[in-house]
Amino acid sequence: MPISHIMASGMTGMRAAGDLVARMQFSKNMRLGEAKDFVAKKLGVSNADLSDEFVMREIREELDIGVITSVPGCAKGIAAKMNIEKLLGIDINCCDTFRNTIA
Amino acid sequence: MATEYFLRMGDGQKIFMTKEDILADIESGCADAADLGDIPTLSEDEMDHMLDIITAPGRIVGVEPGLEVPVTHDIGAIRIDGDQGNSGVGIPASRLVGSMVHERAFGADTMELGHIDYSFKPVKPVISQECQTMESCQQNMVIPMLYGAMPNMGLYYTPDGPFENPGDLMKAFKISEAQDSIQHAGDHGIRDMVWIMQKLQKVGSDGVNFDTIGAAGDGDVYASLNAIEQLRKEFPNMYINAGMAGELVLGMHGDLEYDGTRLAGLWPHEQVLLAEKAGANTFGPVCNTNTSKTTAWNLGRSVTFTKAAVKASNIPCHADMGMGVGGIPMLETPPIDAVTRASKAIVEIAGVDGI
Repeated sequence: MPISHIMASGMTGMRAAGDLVARMQFSKNMRLGEAKDFVAKKLGVSNADLSDEFVMREIREELDIGVITSVPGCAKGIAAKMNIEKLLGIDINCCDTFRNTIA
Repeated sequence: MATEYFLRMGDGQKIFMTKEDILADIESGCADAADLGDIPTLSEDEMDHMLDIITAPGRIVGVEPGLEVPVTHDIGAIRIDGDQGNSGVGIPASRLVGSMVHERAFGADTMELGHIDYSFKPVKPVISQECQTMESCQQNMVIPMLYGAMPNMGLYYTPDGPFENPGDLMKAFKISEAQDSIQHAGDHGIRDMVWIMQKLQKVGSDGVNFDTIGAAGDGDVYASLNAIEQLRKEFPNMYINAGMAGELVLGMHGDLEYDGTRLAGLWPHEQVLLAEKAGANTFGPVCNTNTSKTTAWNLGRSVTFTKAAVKASNIPCHADMGMGVGGIPMLETPPIDAVTRASKAIVEIAGVDGI
């Protein structure tokens, strides 16, 4: 059932930019339109591109913010989230925890 | 002979109806929600749009490109390794693996970690295990990863918990004793939920999903809103989703309030204002499915309630669209035709910010 929702209406997470839009909704209480506008501006794409796997695949790899397939050398996990922090200008809790651990 | 279109009953059974009969059911479902919630019904154009969605010829439908929304998840990876009781498919996999499957294979926009019981109370004895698993998930995953659980105040009453069962007390006409028991359970629940999330935030959790708030009535809502308020004060950047259990808050206590508002009898467009006030980032409006009615009736009712909540809200609304809610049939394996139609309708007509 969740896959049905994702296919019918979802932004498909890391396949495109769904995780980034969700982060802005959660971290700044942004409504859908505002969150999409914000992320699209940061990425330099149109709102429609945020759900376009073709457009987002290259952008995600260039910005090193996590890609859906297993690409050797690409940032993964917390490393990718640290790049997302910089891109969106937000603090992510696990990144703070990681920084405190190595400080 | 009039053309008939296939749709579903609220229990998932396939049925055939004419366009006129489907539209009549949509109108009736919308009118029921409008009457109960004292909210506007859908416009004629919106009902026609819903009719088009329901009678679309394809097995699967989807939103217009550009209108996609983030899809958040409840129940966590229990969907993968859990048993039938949690709608799980019984694949032996760790919760980290299950969560990464959601991220990398399913295309989930957010994910959450959940305990096999999926209630807050049983998490207490295994909190270190939950923290360890959350750490592993955060180290390996990219999408937002919350901790999800149900407030489930029912676990605080006898025979499962320390407080006398309010149902038993009410049957004995001990009304004020029943109210005291609900209040005590609520206060206990607040303490537990805050303590659990304090531990999980310290190991890097993105936040919390309060799932099925109000399942045990207004005491459940009282506990959840107060827990949200306390967590927001302590963790200003924490992601908090307040997902409801039903369209109406049942008045098991009857007099409980949050910030001067009586909780019993609140509808989604009123619930969201309190969730927002308490400090939630997102709100999950719910409308339960009536299995004796068609999906046309249920979808009309659900979209009407949800649209009013979306309009009243200042925070993103992620509609709860699981089995047996949101116009989706009450079935462990809801038919894909019904799910995708409900998904499209809730996005394009109710205007939700997510699912």
